[in-house]
Amino acid sequence: MSGSGTLLGTVATASLGIVALAIALTLVRLVRGPHFADRVVAVDLLATLAVAFLGVFAVGVDQPVLIDVGLALALVSFVATVAFARFIERRQPTHTEADRA
Amino acid sequence: MLDAVAALCLLAGAFFCLVAAIGVVRLPDLFTRMHAASKAGTFGVGLTMLGVAVWSADAGPVTRALATVAFLVLTAPVGAHLLGRAAYRDGVPLWERTVVDEKAAEAPSLPRTPPAAPRPRRSAGKPGPAR
Repeated sequence: MSGSGTLLGTVATASLGIVALAIALTLVRLVRGPHFADRVVAVDLLATLAVAFLGVFAVGVDQPVLIDVGLALALVSFVATVAFARFIERRQPTHTEADRA
Repeated sequence: MLDAVAALCLLAGAFFCLVAAIGVVRLPDLFTRMHAASKAGTFGVGLTMLGVAVWSADAGPVTRALATVAFLVLTAPVGAHLLGRAAYRDGVPLWERTVVDEKAAEAPSLPRTPPAAPRPRRSAGKPGPAR
């Protein structure tokens, strides 16, 4: 962190910790499920939080280029969510019985 | 001054990200979880990117940060709606204290998914392609 002495550097570090905690909590839902769709929701939120993480990190290390990465990630994660939703709607029912336990 | 505004946006955005994550872990069923993820999550990231835009104060990064926010705000409801509809048709159980289920009146052939019942098939009435 380049600006850890300044107000913005301190705030960036603190926000980074908060967003990291949020990502860890989302991972709990990703592991617990119980339905496949719950995991898709968790993955979607994970990608969204990664965008926030990249934004805060860009401030922390003074690298505005990282915003581009966040933009690309937001674009890709939407496509992933749509693909998963279509998959849930169309898949064969046999795949769900294990998920449902 | 601008730094203070940016710092405030970053902290508030991170806070709402945390709220979204707590909601996703704590809320009782898929649909309430989705409501936390899509609303609080989008708002948190939006505030964060707004803070980044204020911080950078440069045409290129500001445009990209605001484009990210605009894209998220446009796509989050679409994605949540698609996923919610797919999950409902797939028979994801509702919370037992759910008050209104408008889809149940709309398509009465879909059972309310008690745990032991057979899974509902794809929606009645939608002409979708034969498998």
